[in-house]
Parts: sequence; structure tokens; C-alpha cells
Amino acid sequence: MVLKAFFPTCCASADSGLLVGRWVPEQNSAVVLAVVHFPFIPIQVKELLAQVQKVSQVHVAVLGTWCHRQQEPKESLGHFLEGLGAIFSHDPWLQLCRERGTRFWSCKAYHQVSTTPDKSIEDQVMLIFYDQRKVLLSWLHPPTVLPDCQAGDTTASAGGLADIFDTVARSEVLFQNNQFDEGPVRLSHWQSEGVEASILVELTKQASGPVCLLLASLLSLLSAVSACRLWKLWPLSFIRRKLSTCEQLQHRLKHLSLIFSTQKAQSPTQLMKKANMLVSVLIDVALGLLLLSWLHNNNRIGQLANALVPVADRVAEELQHLLQWLMGAPAGLKMNRALDQVLGRFFLYHIHLWISYIHLMSPFIEHILWHVGLSACLGMTVALSILSDIIALLTFHIYCFYVYGARLYCLKIYGLSSLWRLFRGKKWNVLRQRVDSCSYDLDQLFIGTLLFTILVFLLPTTALYYLVFTLLRLLVVTVQGMIHLLVDLINSLPLYSLGLRLCRPYRLADKPPAL
Amino acid sequence: MEDERSFLDICGGPLTLRRRYYSSYCREFGLSSARLSLRSVTAVTCTVWLVAYGLFTLFENSMILSSAIFITILGLLGYLHFVKIDQETLLIIDSLGIQMTSSYASGKESTTFIEMDKVKDVIVNEAIYMQKVIYYLCILLKDPVKPHEISQVVPVFQSTKPRLDCLIEVYRSCQEILARQKATSASP
Repeated sequence: MVLKAFFPTCCASADSGLLVGRWVPEQNSAVVLAVVHFPFIPIQVKELLAQVQKVSQVHVAVLGTWCHRQQEPKESLGHFLEGLGAIFSHDPWLQLCRERGTRFWSCKAYHQVSTTPDKSIEDQVMLIFYDQRKVLLSWLHPPTVLPDCQAGDTTASAGGLADIFDTVARSEVLFQNNQFDEGPVRLSHWQSEGVEASILVELTKQASGPVCLLLASLLSLLSAVSACRLWKLWPLSFIRRKLSTCEQLQHRLKHLSLIFSTQKAQSPTQLMKKANMLVSVLIDVALGLLLLSWLHNNNRIGQLANALVPVADRVAEELQHLLQWLMGAPAGLKMNRALDQVLGRFFLYHIHLWISYIHLMSPFIEHILWHVGLSACLGMTVALSILSDIIALLTFHIYCFYVYGARLYCLKIYGLSSLWRLFRGKKWNVLRQRVDSCSYDLDQLFIGTLLFTILVFLLPTTALYYLVFTLLRLLVVTVQGMIHLLVDLINSLPLYSLGLRLCRPYRLADKPPAL
Repeated sequence: MEDERSFLDICGGPLTLRRRYYSSYCREFGLSSARLSLRSVTAVTCTVWLVAYGLFTLFENSMILSSAIFITILGLLGYLHFVKIDQETLLIIDSLGIQMTSSYASGKESTTFIEMDKVKDVIVNEAIYMQKVIYYLCILLKDPVKPHEISQVVPVFQSTKPRLDCLIEVYRSCQEILARQKATSASP
């Protein structure tokens, strides 16, 4: 089989030395990680490799020799390199050679046959270049281990190239020494010119420790306050459940405590989640501050407050027109006059009460709006939730009408179904949960039939009121639903991953790049 | 070793197959189709502009003309960059994998690489394409959980669509390499 040698592109111009890397026997491939330059002491090289092996759990060894020379005669170097093969024994022993200035490469691999130590079998070598920098900058997922595999099976079919690149990604500790370190061994790899890092990232890493600690303690205090028993008392817990603002605030608190928790993320997915949450919180706060600045200049709050009461009046007026229409002959249907008048007058009085309450509150509206507008600095989502709650409060009378209409209708239907059964001589058996036949007395039948006819003839009126108010309620619920959809969108859109996909796509790679 | 032959695609257009035998375990097949002809570009541009001029005489709005120019330019650029594939290449390397490259007329290249461990076989299959029955070359991929089942079928040369004679050449070479690979993997 062909022997595959994975060689880093940065070492193609390095001086002669030893090849250091990992041999993967299942795929007959040698992954070269770095080149050790002359002069070196073999003991120190072996120590370094043992150290790297202990830290990274990657079985690094000396794989062969690398020769980058001018057109010198081979003999002087040849014996020296063979001697090295005796010190660092590895089967197979690679010999890669390149003439300086040309593209002429020579790759040989020797297998030591144990019976005849003098002879060695030569293999065909396929040289594959890989970019170490790209492999290490992309956050590769670890190769998947199949759930069916027993421990001891070679994962050759599942690993493949993913295994090779995982080896490179895990040996980061080998790439920590660069040419400016005064170590005993001189290595050549992608970071030998100096470790790549960004000052800002390093500074934020140093600063994030104490900042996280401080914020985590503050947030835990807040969570403890919000979870205390006081909130479980009846009126407060009811309000808390109904208002979406409280829910959103709690959601955000949970997010923030996750972001600023003092334990590091275990896996790339968790890191992504944290980063996405942080970006969404920042964008939220930015949008909220924008909204705040827009609201507070040009006295928009005052304009809004002044416009609110006439709008509420207008809505009430429209409702009154609607009720007058229902009390007449709506859409040509003939309603029961008495019931119509009763229901219509009841709802009209309700609207009148509501309008009085609004007028009572009108001097305070501007102050309330101003303070509520301040909450937008907590985030756009909070402002939107407050808007949704305000809509719910302002249309409370529509909700009440819906509840009344629905209750009446429900009662009517219940009564009708029960009396229909009586009409047919049947009865609902509560014990057996089924319909049984039953013999009624004459007076029971008489009164039942009477009530049945009354309810049947009153049905269109109630049904119409129910329909109209359900539609109104649906309208309000739709508006609130759209606002909640927007809030959910802001909460859950993974903007960090999207930005990463646009700017640094290699960080999101989960497959090795093409040949 | 390099080899060039001309074939036809399923619609009768000319194709060129370029075979390169780098070694006994590495082969490359490049299929190039005819480039975008000046005649078709001129025809489309003239049609669009005549229609735009007709609309202009109807509505007397000069925006129609400028928008027609923009549409033509953007349409041509989009066609060259996203639609018109000039060359499709199949590179097969024993024990490493199969790589398919499509180069567009604007110079964009998109590659797909499949590891050899995932490849079950390379076959020539038939399909009904509108009113024709055509042959196409495809790569069968193994299911990682059940190695005896096929999880995916990847068709090759989808936009150049060569005929059976060209496909047979490519198929034979691929089978030689795959047979070699199976022989070496059976006896480690």
C-alpha cells in the first residue's frame, strides 16, 4: 500500500533535520508536525517528545530525516542520516530530501524487516502538503466515535482524514516553543517565527477573570432576590405570570448569569452559545439605547402621552358603534329584542366605566410613560415586552367582553346539549361517562322542552355576540403575538455565528479543507 | 501521461475530455464544454433591449432603459459567476479520496472532496431526463453505521453531461484504481 506522508507547508523551506510527528498505522500515514534542526542532543529530543506526549496524549516520535541541501554529494550526509536511523529507531523510517532552489523532491520510506536487519523494503510514498496554520485556527470537531464500535476496534473507517487533522490540532503544546526561546532543541513549525496572538484578545482574557467574578456575584444576588418567597404570594405571583415583561427579565437574567459564570465552556458548541448570547444582549441594549434617545428628544413622550387618551376614546367610540349595530339588525339577521337590549346595555355600561378610568388616569400617563421609557436601557426586548403589556392593559375591556360572551355561550351550549338529550329520552351518566337512556316524568319533560325551545331561539343572539368578541380578541392576540415573535427573534438569533461565517469562515469549519 | 479526445454531450454539443495519468494510483479527468458564444450573448442582449425600447415608447419613462441596461449587465455577470460551468474535473487518488472541481466562466472554482473510506463504488447509472434516457456516472457512498448499505449517491459531471462513450472511459480508469484499492485494503 502507498505510504502517505502529511507534510506541513511551512517546513518546506526549513533547514535539514529530523522529522517529528505521529505514525498512524491504520491508514499507513505519517503526520509530520515539526522539524528538529541540527545540532541537537538525542537525549534532549527524546525528553521533549516524552513531555509533549504526556501533556497532549499524542504519540509523537521521530519519524525520519529531512534534508534540504544545495547540490552536495550525498555520501557525507548519507552515512550521518543512516546513523540517526539507528539512534531513533522507527518503522518505517522516512527520508525526505529537497534540493534548494528547485522543485525536485525525493521521498523514500524504509521498512526494517526483523529477520534480516541489513535489508530494508522500500515503499512508494505519497507526499501531501497541509497548512498547519489553517488547521490550528479552525476549531475542528473531534472525530466522531461510532456508538456501535467496541473499544479495541480500529476506527479507521470512522476516522480517516479527521483523525490526521485531529492529531495536528491536539499537539498544540509542541508549537509553543519558537525560535526566540532559549530551549535545548530548535524546532521549525508554523509558529516558530513567533506565537500568533492578538493583544486585545489577551487583555480581555486577563481582565475577564475578575470582571466575571464580580458580575457573577451580583447576578447571583439578583437571582436570589427574585426567587425569594415574597413573590409567591397570591397577587404578586398572578401578576408575575401574566406580565410578559417579568418573563423576559427573568430570561435575560438567566442568560447573563450563564455568560458571566466563572466556569469555562466545555466544548465549542457551548462557547458558541455563550458568545451568541453575549452578542444578542449587547445588540439588544444598543437598540434599546437608540430607542431611548429617539424617545427622549423632541419631547416624543409628551406627544405620545397626549395622543394616547384620544386613541383610547376613539377605540371606545368604535366599540359603542359596534354594539349599537349589534343591537339593531346586524347583517340582516333578526335578533331577539329583549336579550339583545340587555347584553348591549351591559356592555355599553362596561365601556363607559372603562373610559372613566382612563380619563381618571390621564394626568399620570406622561409620568408613567417617561419612567417606562427609561426601562428601554435594559434592552429593546424589555421595551417591546412592556409595549405588549401596555396593549394588554389598554384592551382589557375587550378581554372582559370576550370572557362574558364566551361564558354565556358555553353555558348555553351546555344547557342545550343536556336538554337535547332529555328531548330524546337520554341522560348523561357521570359514573359511567356515557349516555344512557332514562325515563323522565311528564312534568320534567314539559319543563325541559320549554327551556330547550327558549335556549334554541336565543342561540343566534348569543352566538353572534360571542363571534364578534372572539374576533376582536383574536385581533388583539395577533398584535401581541407579533410583538412576542419579534422579542423571540432578538433573543435567539445567533448573530455571532452569522458574523463568524461572514468574516472568519474557517473557524466554523468542521471538515478538513480540500486537497 | 496526457491524453485529449473530443466527445459529445447529451444535447449534441462538443466536449473535450483530458485524461492525465500521473501515476498508477492517481488519475485526473477534465471535461470542458464549449465557452459562452458571442452569438448567444448578442441575441439575448438585443432581445432585452428591444423589449425595453418597446416599453419605453409605450410609457415614455427613461427608467425603463437604464434598468434594462442594469439587468443585462448584472444578469450576464451572475450567469458567468453562478451558472456557466466551463470545466469539470475528477481527480481520483488511491487510498486518499476523490475530488470533484467545477470551474465557472468567471474563474470561480468549487471543490468537493470525498474520502476513500466513504466510497463504496463508482457506477454508471441510467436516468429519465425529460423525454430522454441518459447515462450518468455517480459515486456511491457507504453508510458509516451500516457499512453494507448505501447512504448517498453523488452524481459527477452534472452540468457537462457527457454521453456513454466518454463515461465508459472514465468508469474503466476509476474501476482500475478502486480494484487496486480494494485489493490492498483486503490484504493489509
